[in-house]
Amino acid sequence: MEVTANTAADSEEVWRGGNKPLNVSYGKMMMWFFIVSDALTFTGFLVSYGFSRFKNINSWPIADEVFTHFPFLHGIDAPMYYVALMTFILIFSSVTMVLAVDAGHHMHKSKVTFYMLLTIIGGAIFVGSQAWEWKNFIRGEYGALETRGGQILQFVDTSSGKRASIQEFAVAIETNRSTHKSSNGIWYKAETSLPTVSLEEVKKGFLANKNLVIRTQELDEKGQKTVLSRSESKGILGNAVGVVEGANLIHNEYGNRLFADFFFFITGFHGFHVFSGVVINIIIFFNVILGTYERRGHYEMVEKVGLYWHFVDLVWVFVFTFFYLV
Amino acid sequence: MEAEGHKLAIFRGLLKFKSNQQKIWGVLIFLSIVTTVEVALGIIKPEILMIPFLKMKILNWIFIILTLVKAYYIAWDFMHIRDERSGLKNSIVLPLLILIPYLAFILLIEADYIFDVMDSGFVAWNF
Repeated sequence: MEVTANTAADSEEVWRGGNKPLNVSYGKMMMWFFIVSDALTFTGFLVSYGFSRFKNINSWPIADEVFTHFPFLHGIDAPMYYVALMTFILIFSSVTMVLAVDAGHHMHKSKVTFYMLLTIIGGAIFVGSQAWEWKNFIRGEYGALETRGGQILQFVDTSSGKRASIQEFAVAIETNRSTHKSSNGIWYKAETSLPTVSLEEVKKGFLANKNLVIRTQELDEKGQKTVLSRSESKGILGNAVGVVEGANLIHNEYGNRLFADFFFFITGFHGFHVFSGVVINIIIFFNVILGTYERRGHYEMVEKVGLYWHFVDLVWVFVFTFFYLV
Repeated sequence: MEAEGHKLAIFRGLLKFKSNQQKIWGVLIFLSIVTTVEVALGIIKPEILMIPFLKMKILNWIFIILTLVKAYYIAWDFMHIRDERSGLKNSIVLPLLILIPYLAFILLIEADYIFDVMDSGFVAWNF
């Protein structure tokens, strides 16, 4: 099956294990070395995520409230469905990969080509989906206020029991404040774009609408976010120092900042793996078409990239559990 | 049950396949079922599974166990660990099996301690 360059060394037994005690080629073994070390890198990421989460166990964002979008279903609360779909896509592309490896064992060039193509398509869809998830996460949905201590204050409409969006209830205040541009002065400091509503506008809108209350980061005994009463809300509103819309590495409207940081790092690092996996698969795909492995006499290269591809799938299984389910 | 170097039985021999392709599809079906169960549990969140057990809800323990089950079948059947020599198998699996729980254990215990300090300490974190 796996035929490597046969040397004279193969026949002579060096020590008791022989020259190939593990019965695996050099390339495959090195791929396994890489996978084990990469698995430990992901372990580091995921365990530090767990560390931050246990450290903030009573104020961590609830994933079901963060990832609620599904393509073409606007305004419909669909937690988890999209990530579940992404998981299925990735598992399926893993299956086409292992079928390509199997076809390679039987030297069926056309089948290997076909299955490799399906794998590449599956991987591309997955990366695209992840980009879309990022876009929704970065843009945010309802917006929130941030206190001096970095706590997030979100708003709930008691008449409907649903979250209220700050852009909707804020009352506009005429102001001359505009984004500082380099064209407006010699001495300037670059400034990011202003939020769509200012802190004062949100406060004014909050006081004008009697149905609004504030929801804090803290979780109650049932694992739900604590919703304050109207009078408590008015009191805590004074602590707010800024408006947060969406999430980035510094601010995060969904709750704890570390949540956004780990989301970007872990899914980003995984997405980078998927992306490089797709690129490697494309290279191997063209090699298959060109008949490189047909001439070489074996498709072990497909098996090696297959190992990498399955590993990416394996990591996603864990990311899915720890980010979206647990 | 071996064909061209592939071991074709899963679930400790409970389920035997005729060819490697069949085994691949069988494992896919199994993984899909497990994922569907996970997603269904995640959406329904049955009240009975929300009881804490060892610092975590029972539901979360179920998720983690199902994840490990999935990981096992991906590694064993898709990555062909099942067909490798035991030497290779052990040198891949044992380092991970020893180091990962170890790291998780010490860091999570430490995080739990830090939570207690922040929770009952004299420093205000929420201002």
